[in-house]
Amino acid sequence: MRRNVLPGLRLSLGVTLFYVGLIVVLPLAALVFKAASLGPADYWAIVSSPRAVATYRVTVLCALAATVFNLFFGLALAWVLTRYRFPGWRFVDALVDLPFALPTAVAGIALTALFSANGWFGAALAPLGIKVAYTPLGIMIAMIFTSLPFIVRTVQPVLEDLDPALEEAAQSLGGSDWTIFRKVILPLLKPALLAGLSLSFARSLGEFGAIIFIAGNKPFETEITALLIFIRLEEYDYQAAAAIASVLLITAFSMLALTNFMQARALRYTARG
Amino acid sequence: MKIRLENVVKTFDTFRAVHGVSLDIGSGELVALLGPSGSGKTTILRMVAGLEYSDGGHIYFGDQDATDIPVRDRGVGFVFQHYALFPHMTIGENIAFGMKVSKLKRSTEEIEARVKDLLRLVKLDGLQDRFPAQISGGQRQRVALARALAVDPKVLLLDEPFGALDANVRRDLRRWLREIHAELGITTLFVTHDQEEALDLADRVVILNGGQIVQEGTPEQVCRQPNSAFVMRFLGDTNSLKTTVANGKAQLPAGEIDAPGCPDGPAEVFVRPGDLDWASDGAGIPADVHQVLDRPGNRRILAATVQGDTLEFDVAPETVVKAGDRGMVRIIRAKVFAAG
Repeated sequence: MRRNVLPGLRLSLGVTLFYVGLIVVLPLAALVFKAASLGPADYWAIVSSPRAVATYRVTVLCALAATVFNLFFGLALAWVLTRYRFPGWRFVDALVDLPFALPTAVAGIALTALFSANGWFGAALAPLGIKVAYTPLGIMIAMIFTSLPFIVRTVQPVLEDLDPALEEAAQSLGGSDWTIFRKVILPLLKPALLAGLSLSFARSLGEFGAIIFIAGNKPFETEITALLIFIRLEEYDYQAAAAIASVLLITAFSMLALTNFMQARALRYTARG
Repeated sequence: MKIRLENVVKTFDTFRAVHGVSLDIGSGELVALLGPSGSGKTTILRMVAGLEYSDGGHIYFGDQDATDIPVRDRGVGFVFQHYALFPHMTIGENIAFGMKVSKLKRSTEEIEARVKDLLRLVKLDGLQDRFPAQISGGQRQRVALARALAVDPKVLLLDEPFGALDANVRRDLRRWLREIHAELGITTLFVTHDQEEALDLADRVVILNGGQIVQEGTPEQVCRQPNSAFVMRFLGDTNSLKTTVANGKAQLPAGEIDAPGCPDGPAEVFVRPGDLDWASDGAGIPADVHQVLDRPGNRRILAATVQGDTLEFDVAPETVVKAGDRGMVRIIRAKVFAAG
């Protein structure tokens, strides 16, 4: 190892790696190990059972929809919070972090109360024929709520650091506001948007507390994968739980890998050479 | 395109940045706005560009009142101090940006040909596929200029164009900008706090202080006939000696100096380091040498007069002098301004 001027490299590196190994790698390895103790045929039978597949479909589709929604809304919120100062700005800025801070069960109960047939929103939406509680729509809303901060908090600092001269230059060259947003601002935000997007999606995939209250949890319809894992655990079927969990794990990993790859591509221009 | 500023005023939240500035810039002229930081020079430039709206007064482009025309319709090319190149676009895309977003539709071939021409003009042929992060500061500044020129601006505005570059690159770019200006003949206004840059480059220098024009004129006029102590001090190193003026003459220990136009009363005599002469004896102001600084072209002497004034002046490299010597300082040329 190259000699480093800063002291404490070996110690801090050792502690850090040990900690990461203990807290992150070991549990994941145990999960994979548990799942692998099933034979390939049993593993496949469990993860491809119709009930499990139905949960993947509900979870992934709802997570995708929630992430796309948050992509637009989160960007808009980050934009407003960076570009404008209004009365109550501080309050709104603090509110954004609330879904992080709130126990997700509390969020789930609150959302259920609002959207149930006799709740404020539920009662208003019922005459229109829109049912939220106990439908995939409810799952989406719970996911939107819990993963809102990710896009806002990844985009906001980048937007704040954006050199105003870039927009002024684009203006002086005759660009309209929309052109400047599309051709100058958005490409520069892309890496941050991708980072926020992958975090938001991963969080939605794994969300449990906020969803189970509002989802209704009807197998094949509104049962999410995380709940099925929980059900298998309650049945003391640890291997099946681990097998299904490994599917979530692989999905989350693939999503992270894909967005990292896209991020690296979007940042190619920063490479020197 | 002629530019006329008529009593332009700009106030920021609490302080007044520009206090009624009027200025005429002839078509094809190369004019420097020179001043210390906070003198309002950049604000004036940004108002001419339309990046800032004035709070009072008018700005005319030719005969057209441009005061309320937004920047995107004003037809100016603006070069930013830190280039403001779009980091995610290649050099070619940066230069093509203005042509692509313009209401005037151009064909792809036309744009490509123009990008090539501009790259040749700024001597960056072959770099169109690089990204801004991959080229040097001087090259970035040239790309920024090419990008501004791509939209055929009526007026070219540069904000401290060479401020972030090192001295050698700066000198090269200065000469090169002069050549480009001569070739294109586009009315150009640039902001700088570097007197040397303003004097080297501009046809006319406008000196600002505290949001007002202090003096404007050719480099020769402002150098030879500075109209105030501020201009005298700002344009270069200067020595100042306290004095009193009586009947148009400044009284100094070594004799009288003409002080035309200076009212009677306390005043200051300003002398450039090159306008003092040194001799070991003879007539002049007696002074003790404190330090001798050797420079490539001359030796600079720091000396104190018996009255306690510090003087800095340059002597020929072969002059024999050392700290502790006593000699006589003679004033060759001086300007006298009433004490502020």
